[in-house]
Parts: sequence; structure tokens; C-alpha cells
Amino acid sequence: MNSVILIAGARLQVVLLLVFSAYMLLRSHNAPGGGFIGGLIAATGFVVYAIACGTKDARAALRFDPANIAGVGLGIALFAGFMALFWGDALFTGQWLFIGATETDKGIPLSSVLVFDIGVYLVVLGAVLSIVFALEETV
Amino acid sequence: MSSSTSLRWITPAGLLPVAIAGLLFVYFAQMLPIIAAGETLRFVWEWVPSLGVNISFLVDGLSLTFALLITGIGALVMLYSARYLAGHVHQARFSLFLTSFMLAILGVVLSDNLLGLFVFWELTTITSYLLIGFSHATKKSRRSALQALLVTGVGGLALLAGIVLIGNVAGTFELSEIRAMPGVLTQSVAYLPILLLVLLGAFTKSAQIPFHFWLPNAMAAPTPVSAYLHSATMVKAGVYLLARMHPSLSGTDIWLWTLTIAGAVTMVFASVMALRQTDLKLALAYTTLMALGALTLLLGNDSAYTITAAATFLIVHSLYKAALFLVVGIVDHQTGTRDANKLFGLAPAMPITAAAAAIAALSMAGFPPFLGFIGKELKYAGALAVASEPILVAGAFLIASALMVAIAGIVSFRPFWSKSGDPLPNVTEAPWPMLVGPVVLAILGALFGIFPDLLANSLVNPTVAAILGPAEPAKPLQLWAGVNLPLALSVATFVLGFTIYFYKIRLRTWLINAVGRSPSFDNGWDNLLSGLLAICKWQTKIIQTGVLRRYMFVTFATALAAMAGTLMIKDAALPTLVVPDVTIADWLVFLLVLLGTALTAATDSRIAAIAGLGVVGIGIAMIFILYSAPDVAITQLLVETLIVVLFAAAALRLPGMGSEPLRSRPWDAALAIGLGVATTAVLLMVTSGPIDLELTTFFQTASWPEAFGQNIVNVILVDFRALDTFGEIAVVLVAAISIFALLKSKPEKDQT
Repeated sequence: MNSVILIAGARLQVVLLLVFSAYMLLRSHNAPGGGFIGGLIAATGFVVYAIACGTKDARAALRFDPANIAGVGLGIALFAGFMALFWGDALFTGQWLFIGATETDKGIPLSSVLVFDIGVYLVVLGAVLSIVFALEETV
Repeated sequence: MSSSTSLRWITPAGLLPVAIAGLLFVYFAQMLPIIAAGETLRFVWEWVPSLGVNISFLVDGLSLTFALLITGIGALVMLYSARYLAGHVHQARFSLFLTSFMLAILGVVLSDNLLGLFVFWELTTITSYLLIGFSHATKKSRRSALQALLVTGVGGLALLAGIVLIGNVAGTFELSEIRAMPGVLTQSVAYLPILLLVLLGAFTKSAQIPFHFWLPNAMAAPTPVSAYLHSATMVKAGVYLLARMHPSLSGTDIWLWTLTIAGAVTMVFASVMALRQTDLKLALAYTTLMALGALTLLLGNDSAYTITAAATFLIVHSLYKAALFLVVGIVDHQTGTRDANKLFGLAPAMPITAAAAAIAALSMAGFPPFLGFIGKELKYAGALAVASEPILVAGAFLIASALMVAIAGIVSFRPFWSKSGDPLPNVTEAPWPMLVGPVVLAILGALFGIFPDLLANSLVNPTVAAILGPAEPAKPLQLWAGVNLPLALSVATFVLGFTIYFYKIRLRTWLINAVGRSPSFDNGWDNLLSGLLAICKWQTKIIQTGVLRRYMFVTFATALAAMAGTLMIKDAALPTLVVPDVTIADWLVFLLVLLGTALTAATDSRIAAIAGLGVVGIGIAMIFILYSAPDVAITQLLVETLIVVLFAAAALRLPGMGSEPLRSRPWDAALAIGLGVATTAVLLMVTSGPIDLELTTFFQTASWPEAFGQNIVNVILVDFRALDTFGEIAVVLVAAISIFALLKSKPEKDQT
């Protein structure tokens, strides 16, 4: 599709959607969101970009092969599950670290659960994009 | 040979495995005093405690004997192959496979948990597949590898089923706990299925008749593999399993007779077949089969004589057979042939190899003062003590042992010392790394023969104790047990063996004729596989028509039949409809979904149909929002958006739908309406009963204090049910890869 307006708009919205997807991912433990949703939002951004500018540009903008992204995501999720073993818990038990926590404030909570969700995010993003790109290129 | 070429074999890929195996051997060797004193060691890590799956290792006499054989022979074989395969393009790959195999088989013999044992068991199957198919460019090794994988894989599945049954009956998967409950398996109703499944696993792995055919074919592997996997370790895994389960499964008539018959038939058949071969390696492969049969037969009984004989023969056989395989490998490596009809008088050119071969062969033939003699005497003593048919069993042993004498002559006397043919020119002695293995193994056979107490106290007695328990001590190992029946049988063995050796050519011709006229298991295997493929093709043609619409119809029709059928059988009556408070918002959403459906069904345009479907999806997302499930709603919205975009991208390139709207497809319409009605009925019935809120309450109360999250959906996804989510994203990835492969691959021409 050769529409200048669509191309300009797609460039802008890809950024917005990526930021929004990260927001949805990070806030998910206490509000609607999560890795699945975040990954889908990010994927939507790139799908629109691919429609506007072609898959070649979209692949270049993504930098990594989507299948690799998905594979790395699965690895990260697995690693997050294995983190529990370092602290002697059963596999996939959530591990938490409250940085700078005081009696009243829980500080900055970091957890293996978030790492796991980032893995989910990457798998969904990579999987959807490898399907969509392949479809666009072949059909 | 210049110094640079003679040192070229010193590479990390070649020597790292030697170091690993050597260190493990030392590690296990320092446990010897503890085990010889009658104690056992146990190491446990909890793996999936909620399912009772532990990584637990038990070191007792039986497992230590195996562990020492595995690591000891392993180290020698790896040193040998470092030189044998030096400069091979895939030497590193070979080392990786062989080391992985060694660790897997160690896991099998050390696992105390049956599920752990199964995992390692399957790992040996896979690594052995890779090793047999190492020369993957030849069709023969690919076929042999696949055959070994399928035969032992089927056995592995049977074993898994047997293990699950054992776990159900005994209430634990820990072998040491099962052994502590005598009779728990033999007296249960599930004894027969358990026994048959475990035996199927053991017999396929140890190549007992009728599953023997894969082992001679597996000789397509490089010689170090044959020496290691197919004589000393992997094929003995079946024997190990029989020995390990002996305390829990033996003592019944069916155990005794199944093992006796399978073992005896395998033993006699294999030794006769061994005589038939002209390829030295194949002859050795069949003698291995014979040894496995003998071990199976001995393990069928539970007298101290038979078990001592089994433990001793296990060690004897591993020592001499690995040595002989390595010798044959050396001969092949140095002369380029393994044909018994071409090899004569090699001894002057290869004195060390010839000496090692001679010592190992004397042990194999059972001459005093070698360990093989003690092994053979014990076998005869054991045979006379069997509970089944002492005379027939001793007779079978006599035939097999006599043939062993003849074959020992064929394999290691004739190629080196015989003057019946001209020696091959330009043959040199093998380099030392290849000689270490056969020489050490052969010398050990002689050493243990002269000082049998060394072996008896350290390994044989603890092994027998591990199988029989402390009640019945092992019988002594001695070179001279006085003039008795076993000694007489030994003399008969030698007389018969020499006779066979002198008539070997005539016997072989006759055997080749006889075997050629009888049906072969190998051909039967090919017929079985092609039959299976034909069935697959036939049913694929019926089920997989390739028309997408027909797939959808069949899928939904099946769902409708299942639901409607269940409703009818259960004689279900619709609950009285209580019309709930329906708000204006509900009505609007309902209207939206209805309009979307009507548009999809009625339109002639593909794009309009897709848009209609999108409307339906968004309507459903709105229902989720109305009933406060924002996470599900967001996901649904995004998926709908993506699907519409994808469909639109595809639809632009597709031809028009043609004028075939729903009204001209009555069957589809009927199916759609029927499915809708059935689903509605089921939903009404489900919601009319009281809803169990136990899980909801649990997650509501536990989510914040235990998982620090207020969004229950997310907390369930990433914390409480993280393993399920992991499975799901793995499926997502697999689906993406499959779709990618489908789209990107070019259709191949039908290869019929």
C-alpha cells in the first residue's frame, strides 16, 4: 500500500503502541494487563506498520527475527521458573525482592513473576509476528 | 609417521570424554570399600514433590558394579575412539553423543526412582539412535538406527506403563521402598500386566528373541560404539532392569518360565547364528546376544548359584567382549577388512593386538586360569540348580558354550595365527591409545581369574546381596572346585567346541543354506513398517480431504453429536427459565451480536463477512466488560482486531466467494442452528445449578498476601498456574513455527 498518510501514521502509532504495551505489561500484577495483552498490543503495532510500509521494512524495524524473539521469550520464561530452584523452592514458585522496603513502604518490588511475564510477552509478540509476516509475504 | 600426524589425535574433543569417564571411574571406585562392607549410599533431591517424583540415586553392589563397568570401559573406549576417529569431521559430535550416552546409562543404573530411571532409559535410547546413525550418509545405518529406536522405544513405552502400575500398586516410585515391601507386587492383582510390561521393556532393550533383530543391525555404528553400547552397557540395561526388579517380581512360575524360555532360546539361536557369520564384528554381535540370553536365563531363578553365576558372568562378559570388539576394530582400522575369509597370520605384524585377542578369547572360551573359566563353571553349577529343567538348561548351556569356544577360535585365533591363507601385506601395529583398551581389559580377565577373591569380595558378593538380600550369601568364586559335574561339563564343552571349530567351514555353508530358506525377522520388520505406512496413507486419504469447509463441518458436527447425544442419554430437561434483570446495555450488545451474525451469514462479499465476524467478536468482548472481566475483554478485543487485519490481508488476494450465501447451503445452516441450540441448552443447565465458588474464594483471599498482586487473572497466569502458562506459550510457539513451515515450504512432489 502506497499511502503517505498511512505510512506517517503507522510510524507514529508503532511507537505509541510499543510504549503502551510496556505499560500494560508492567502494571499487570495489580491492574488489567499482562504479557499476553502487552504482546498482542505490540504485535498489532508492527502488523499495521507491515501493512503500511511492507514486511521488509517491518522486519528491519523489528531488528530481530520474530521466531528468534519468541524462542528467547520461551527461554526467559523457563529461566524465571528455574529461578525458584536457586532459593530452594519448587519449580515456578514466585520469588520476590523488595528493594529499599521499610515497615510501611514496600519499596521497588522485583520478582521472577515479572521476568516470567516478560517471557510471555516476547513469545506472543514473536509468534504473532512470524505468522503475520509469513502470511503477508506468501499470500 | 611424522610427529605432527602422530600427535594430531590429541584434541579436546577426543580427550575431554576420557577425562570425564576417568574421573567418574575414580569417584565410583572410592565407594568400593563402603559397598563391600555391605552398606548402601543414597542421594536424594526432590524434583516434583507433589507427584512423588524425586531425583534419587542409590549405590549398592549391583549399581556400583554397573557404574564401574560403564565408567571404566567407557574411559578405555573413549581413549580408543580419540585415536580411532582422529581427524574425522564430526569427531566432536561423536564425543558429545558418546559422553551423553555414558551419563544417561549411569543414570539408569543409579536411579532409585522408577520415573527417573525411565527418563534416563529413554535418553539411552535416543543417544544410541544418534550413535548407530552416526554415519548418516549411508542408508543402512539410518535404517538400523531407526529400527533400534523404534524397537527399544516401544519397549520403553511399555516400561513406562509398567512403572505407572507399580507406582499405583506400591504407592511409591522409590525402588528401595518397593524392595522393602516383599510381595507387594507379586501378590497384587496387577502382577501379570506389570510383569509383562516390564519384561517387554527389558527384552527389547536386551534384544531377547523375538526382539533380537535390531542388535546385529546396530553394528552399522562405528566400532567403539559397538564395543561400548552393544556389548558392555546399553544392551545390559535390560539385564540390569531384570536384576533390579528381581527382588520385587521374581519367585513366581511365570517369571521363572518366561525368562528361562526366552533366555535359552535366545542363547542357543544366537550362538548358532554367530557361527554363520564371516564378518568378525557380526559374529561378536551374535555372541553378545548369546550372553544376554544366558544372563536372562540365570536371572529367572533365585538360587544363590544362579545369581552368583549371573553377577560373575556379567563382569566376565563385559571385560572380554569389549576387548574383542576393540581388537576387531583395530584389525579393521589397520587392514581395512573384517572378513574372516581374508584375514590370516596377522600375529607377526601385530603382536600386541594378537596377544590381547588371545587372552580375551581364552577367557571367552572359558579356559583356566582365566575369569571366563570361573564364569563358565558357575554357569554350569547354576544351570544344575535351576528350578525349571536342570538337564535341558545345562544342555542349552553346553551347546552355547561349545559354540563360544569355536567362535573364540574364529575371531581371535584364525586371523592372527592361522596359515591357511596368505597374510595381508603392509600391516602395522596399531598406535598405543587404541591398544590400551584391549590390553587392560584382557589382563583384568586374567588377573581376576587367578585372584578371584579380589572380584568376589569387592563386587560379586555385594551384587548378589543386592539381588537376593542378605539371607542367602553368594557362592564362592574358585578356579578349582574339585572334580564335579560342572568340571565334567567343561571338558565336554572343550571337546565339542574343538570339533565344531574343525568343521566350521562345512557347518557354516550348511547354516547359510538353512537360514536362507527360513523366514527372517528383518524382512518381517520391513513388512510391518510398510504395512503400517500403507494403513496411514489409506486413512489419511479418507480423513484429510484438504477441503477446509469439510474439516469445519466434521469438527462442529462431532461437537453437536457429542453434546446432543449426552443430553438425550441423560434424559435432560431444560430448567424453568428465570428471566434475569436485563439492562438496556445487555439488549444493545445482544442486538449488536445478532446483527453481526446476520451480516456474516447473508452477505456475498468476503470483506463484509469478515467485518461481520469482527462485530460479533467485539460484542462478546463487551459482554466481558459488562461483567467485569477487563483482562479477558482486552485480550478478546486485540485478538479480534488482529484476526480481522489478517483475514483482510489474505482476502484481498483470494478470489470472490461466488454467489453461495447461507440460504443455498441448508446443511451448514442446520448445523449452525443445531449447535447454537445445543450450546445454549447446556449453558442454561450449567448456570441453573449452584456454582462452586471454592476456587474463586481461594484466589481472592490468597492473591494479595501470597503473591503480592491485586489482579487475580494475572496472578493466576504468572504465579499460581505459571507452569500451565508456560505450556501454553510453548504451544503458541510451536503453532507459529508450524504455520511458518506450512507457508514457507514448497510442496514436494508425491513420492510414490
